[in-house]
Amino acid sequence: MLHGMSFSVSHGEALLIRGENGIGKTSLLRCISGLQAPKSGSIELSQTLAYAAHVDGIKGSLSVMENLQFWSHIYGGSNPKPALETYNLSDFAQRPAGNLSAGQKRRLGLARLLVSGAKLWVLDEPTVSLDAKNVLLFLRVLRDHLDGGGAAVLSSHIDLNIKMKAIDLINFKALKSDGNFEFMELLE
Amino acid sequence: MIKLFWRDVTLAVRSGGGFGLALIFFLIVVVLVPFAIGSDQIMLSKVAPGVLWLGALLACLLSLDRVFGLDFEDGTLDLLATSPIPLEGVYLAKVAAHWLTTGLPLTLAAPIYGLLFNLDFEVRQLLFLSLLFGTPALSLIGSFGSSLVLGVKRGGLLLSLLVLPLYIPTLIFGAQVARSAAIGQNFEVPLVLISIVSLITLAILPFAAAAALRINLR
Repeated sequence: MLHGMSFSVSHGEALLIRGENGIGKTSLLRCISGLQAPKSGSIELSQTLAYAAHVDGIKGSLSVMENLQFWSHIYGGSNPKPALETYNLSDFAQRPAGNLSAGQKRRLGLARLLVSGAKLWVLDEPTVSLDAKNVLLFLRVLRDHLDGGGAAVLSSHIDLNIKMKAIDLINFKALKSDGNFEFMELLE
Repeated sequence: MIKLFWRDVTLAVRSGGGFGLALIFFLIVVVLVPFAIGSDQIMLSKVAPGVLWLGALLACLLSLDRVFGLDFEDGTLDLLATSPIPLEGVYLAKVAAHWLTTGLPLTLAAPIYGLLFNLDFEVRQLLFLSLLFGTPALSLIGSFGSSLVLGVKRGGLLLSLLVLPLYIPTLIFGAQVARSAAIGQNFEVPLVLISIVSLITLAILPFAAAAALRINLR
């Protein structure tokens, strides 16, 4: 699908992956997070990463707080309250997560990134189902994350008003569709 | 890992599909047996240990596709796979939760259901012991099967076909333990053998299940 890619992301940097539907944005992001293996080439990570995709991994029968507490324990136990406040979810903390709207679920999924404490965020369409106000909120959180020495690799269909490097996958599309998926990734 | 275990236990208890369903299914199977083979007391008490073992084994199958299936559907498994916990640990936490919500209740229920067959105290005691040592193997093998059929639509049936043959050694030794008291044989040997099955699966299957999960998440 893709070949000849090479890029690096370091502290304080964000990289936007662009490209039409089906070109391999999700596959690339899944490779970076280690869910898939590239056909050739290598991916080097020096930091823990947190991955967020189209589905947020939320359990409907647990409360919002319990969902977040679970992930905070998985990643080493930071306090989930500030993350809830950041995404304006404090009022719903005790509600079953199954009752949340799509946008609220997405915010809960994004709040998970904050409790993970991971330096590198790998985000597949993070703004899906967020309204304009919450996209701005997300961008503010992302900027804080980058200012705090974090890094992010993300794909998005909408313009994100934030300074970041961008690559368009159309430039790396293999001419023959021989399934040769090759790229390099370096995070320092 | 311990948190993952408790989360799974909480989810099983809250959604109600966990031990309640397996226990009732087990009870129904046990109650149906006399209708099928007649009410002859002596014959019933002869087949009862085997029937109880078979019933527990089938009840165990019911909740297997949920072990990994639910987390796969809502994306949790992707997130767990990218988290600091190794997939082997995820598997073990899920097996432990499955055993606590299914294997243990079945183990506790079997001696009570044994009363329906007029089983002696000694036989019911051995039934309890054999299930206590055997149900971990059922959860281990079953969860491994669940990791294999991830992403397969209607994987439940396929899962049963995969898992049931693998349950055979556990069933043979388990039912042998429970039967041995009734026919006056030594029960220690099959009890050791069933423990060996549980321990071997515990040693091997975490790695096999983690490999299966990695392939299926691709």
